[in-house]
Amino acid sequence: MIDYEVGADGIAVIAWNMADRSMNVLNEESVARFAAAVEQAVKDPAVKGVVVTSKKRDFLAGADLTRLGKATDAASLLASTARFHALLRGIEKSGKPFCAALNGTALGGGYEIALACHHRIAADEPKSRIGLPEVTIGLIPGGGGTQRLPRLVGIRNALPLLLEGRKLDPRQALAAGLVDELVPADKLIAAARRWLLGEGPANAAQPWDRKGFKIPDGGVNSPKGHETFVAGNALLHAKTYGNYPAPRAIASSVYEGLITDLDTGLRIESRYFVHCALSAEARNMIRSLFFSIGEANKLASRPKEVPEQGYRRIGVLGAGMMGAGIAYVSALAGLEVVLLDTSAELAEKGKAHARGLLDRRVQQKRMSEAERDEALALIRPTARFEDLAGAELVVEAVFEDRAIKAEVTRQAEAVLAESALFASNTSTLPITGLAEASRRPANFIGLHFFSPVDRMPLVEIIRGRRTSDATLARAMDYVRRIGKTPITVNDSRGFYTSRVFGTYVNEGLTLLAEGVVPALIDNAGRMAGMPVGPLALADEVSIELMYKVRKQTRADLGADYRGNAASEAVIELMVEKLGRIGKKAGKGFYDYPADGRKQLWPGLARHFKPADAQPDVEEVKRRLLYVQSVETARCLEEKVLLDPRDADVGAILGWGFPAFLGGTASQMHSLGIGRFVAECDRLAQRCGERFAPPQLLRDMAASGRSFYAA
Amino acid sequence: MTEAFIYDAVRTPRGRGKASGALYSVTPMALAVTALAALRDRNALDTAAVDDVVLGCVEPVGEQGADIARVAVLEAGYAETTAGVQINRFCASGLEACNMAAAQIMSGQSEMAVGGGVESMSRVPMGSSGGAWAMDPQVAFHTYFVPQGISADLVATKYGMSRADVDAYAVESQKRAARAWAEGRFARSVVPVKDINGTTVLDRDEHIRADTTMQSLAALEPSFAKTGEALGFDSVAIQRYPEIERITHVHHAGNSSGIVDGAAAVLIGNKAMGEKLGLKPRARIRAFASIGSEPTIMLTGPSFSAEKALKRAGMSAGDIDLYELNEAFAAVVLRFMQALDVPHDRINVNGGAIAMGHPLGATGAMILGTLLDELERTGKSTGLATLCVGAGMGTATIIERV
Repeated sequence: MIDYEVGADGIAVIAWNMADRSMNVLNEESVARFAAAVEQAVKDPAVKGVVVTSKKRDFLAGADLTRLGKATDAASLLASTARFHALLRGIEKSGKPFCAALNGTALGGGYEIALACHHRIAADEPKSRIGLPEVTIGLIPGGGGTQRLPRLVGIRNALPLLLEGRKLDPRQALAAGLVDELVPADKLIAAARRWLLGEGPANAAQPWDRKGFKIPDGGVNSPKGHETFVAGNALLHAKTYGNYPAPRAIASSVYEGLITDLDTGLRIESRYFVHCALSAEARNMIRSLFFSIGEANKLASRPKEVPEQGYRRIGVLGAGMMGAGIAYVSALAGLEVVLLDTSAELAEKGKAHARGLLDRRVQQKRMSEAERDEALALIRPTARFEDLAGAELVVEAVFEDRAIKAEVTRQAEAVLAESALFASNTSTLPITGLAEASRRPANFIGLHFFSPVDRMPLVEIIRGRRTSDATLARAMDYVRRIGKTPITVNDSRGFYTSRVFGTYVNEGLTLLAEGVVPALIDNAGRMAGMPVGPLALADEVSIELMYKVRKQTRADLGADYRGNAASEAVIELMVEKLGRIGKKAGKGFYDYPADGRKQLWPGLARHFKPADAQPDVEEVKRRLLYVQSVETARCLEEKVLLDPRDADVGAILGWGFPAFLGGTASQMHSLGIGRFVAECDRLAQRCGERFAPPQLLRDMAASGRSFYAA
Repeated sequence: MTEAFIYDAVRTPRGRGKASGALYSVTPMALAVTALAALRDRNALDTAAVDDVVLGCVEPVGEQGADIARVAVLEAGYAETTAGVQINRFCASGLEACNMAAAQIMSGQSEMAVGGGVESMSRVPMGSSGGAWAMDPQVAFHTYFVPQGISADLVATKYGMSRADVDAYAVESQKRAARAWAEGRFARSVVPVKDINGTTVLDRDEHIRADTTMQSLAALEPSFAKTGEALGFDSVAIQRYPEIERITHVHHAGNSSGIVDGAAAVLIGNKAMGEKLGLKPRARIRAFASIGSEPTIMLTGPSFSAEKALKRAGMSAGDIDLYELNEAFAAVVLRFMQALDVPHDRINVNGGAIAMGHPLGATGAMILGTLLDELERTGKSTGLATLCVGAGMGTATIIERV
């Protein structure tokens, strides 16, 4: 686990080497063994200096979240944090020089060990990442990161790294002062030895343990510190709406701790670390962002017996925004793409879209020109269905029109191999119905991409009634191949994501119909943690599109149609009477002046008279958030969703549901199912049946079950 | 309860609070001493009878630090038995100091006291004393901290004041201040600041711009638009007032209080000690009050503090002949007039801080003196002085001539 050897030159090498894992991590056992090795080196009079490194590809990934995510007791967490601090302080004050030799990625607790060493050398490996990303899963650095980094590089340089959890490559880390030297990987240990035997003995004390130490950019109470915190606090508040405890805790650790000495600062950091580690927000973020997304990426729910499908060539039907995006992400993953549209020109246009995206990658230095040309050459625009021959998978992204979809399905299947998959990128039309046009509905599946495809990480895989396990497994293989995260849902109108996302917008429109002032509605949406307010979102989606989808749905379902009368009246008024159809037209709930920021349309007050009594913003937030969770519960009850993890992952990655709540299922879980049911009963009585909790939730509450164990 | 009377009130002129200002070369200690000495000298005051000197100061650090009131007592040559205490209620410190002095009299624990204040904004700039409110991340979050300028713009946005409204108010303030100076209406209070040789350094308010017009103000960019947007303060304010879509930034240097240097002192005592010292009371202190209000909008406290003081005095807003409300920002005054239905010709009739400036710790005592002078000049009886206060407070004092 921890290798230890002392060379003839008196240099001890302590190397992390956890055999049973892909990455070294900090847990009770590994830290204890590391501490023993440190003690041995410090006590051995023959040892003049110590290299801390790793024998695996990476240095150290940080703490083991499986255990941290389950911690419930502040006192024991505080005690284990204190032990880790004592270990690192022991390194710093041992009197012997320690040099961190970062052979690969060093994140979180791994980088905090490096910070406690007297010198840091990194191998010049462009794929390595160095930094303190704890904040991205609701935590703060708990091993001294908030104290040592600002003392090393200054408060103003350290805060953004800590608050955004940025991971730097070794060159950026050198420029930012996170490491002192960069050397080729094969020279790493030699460089560390050289430093330890040369400069090491004179530098075996940390700057902050020397007399007269000053914080590089002047400290908290300097004019610069004043500026940093006054503006930084407001910016953080503006950005997080106070929903995320971790960034605030980081700011406080730095603010309070940097006024004191390091040991006191570490105590202050520990309190905030424990506070965050035990918070519902961290639990939600660790569960969903780390575990659930990680498991989805590993295709944890893939039918195991189906052999893995390799992909070489796919077809994309329709070269509009979505089709071109799908072609782009597929080519980027090295797949040949036949991009088909009704004319060669239109198909070419789709390829041009991909070229634009690839050019941007070249500009951003994320790929070379040769790589761009290679990816671009993989996309073959065409208007001829025969060119689809040999494709293992065809994704159609044509208009949301059943007849057109049926026609392209038939034409494509005519030239495809019997085993090929056919996927529809519909966002609204049930897959089972579309599959009726297919000669082999077992191979027919929904792959719902999100716009813009190049940036949105989620694909919602929709299983039709006749879709086979093999098709599902092979579709998942494709999604993994293009580097996206899949969730799997059963067929239903709107599937999961569109259906639940729609409730958010509808609730916003209902609030407007009730006379809630529009600014309060959209501010409440953002304050709740949603990326955009519901009215602005309606404009972006296009009110007209919502109008058309509803009309189609009503026509399809006839007497079975269950709509939201209040929000529909708003949509009809906006589209039919007022001609305010959305952002593209330059007028919806907002005006979009050519030369400025969008502004709520003042005419709204005429058509939706503001009520004398306005609701409390907290109540508006609850309505906007809970309506999504209660609809998610219905999806789980109806088996549209089979796994709450899919609900959470889909909500966060699909439409930006706030991560601090962990997703639509985690929100119910962390609130407590019983309490959520009670809240929904209350809201159902006040606002309508759409809040009525489904039987599933009542049963869960009655039997004390929840969606997750912790 | 013992009654507290105002026997006299003095103030220094206000110098522009920057390096080009006349009082930049004068220490805040010298400003405080000027006011204290004037009270003594023009009343032939036996300072041994003064129990305490309460001075407001908002940045009590550096040369304003270490209890400037006690040191000013010694430096002014008051009897060494006179105590001194520096207090801080932000912008209302000067009025609060008078209220605390009055409270000592009313409670019978002192017989004669001085309330007042001092601030050299040129020498000890705003923000010098730091503080947790804006800096400490926990506190800034919990209080939804925004700077006052953002609050002032929030007041204007919430209560519907346009840029034209606030500019028109500012133009009128300048006009009134210029006329008051021209007619010598401040003559009774203002004592010149002199140097060590007795040469006058400043004898009139330096900040006034009598030629201000709507056109000249229109050229000024709003001061807080950029900070509001780029540094996130607008968003913080909207999170507290989510019914507002966006903040309209209307305030600028021309319709906000000026940054100036100055000091003031008010002599307050009971009837018996006044008679013993041969002093004639000018006014009775009827009631006073300080309140806390919502801290993000911050500046709406004056109406609440006025209402609290009025209630205590058994009066209503209509019973007050004249109001002095510190012109921290134009919208603050307009909101007060709106809330208490006060006509413009009964408030700040001789201009205010937009024209003459707002030396933070001293202003409250200055406007109390201005109010008393104007009641006497016009033969009116009741007056109310009030100020908006940082972090959401208000302080008000009601006086009545005797």
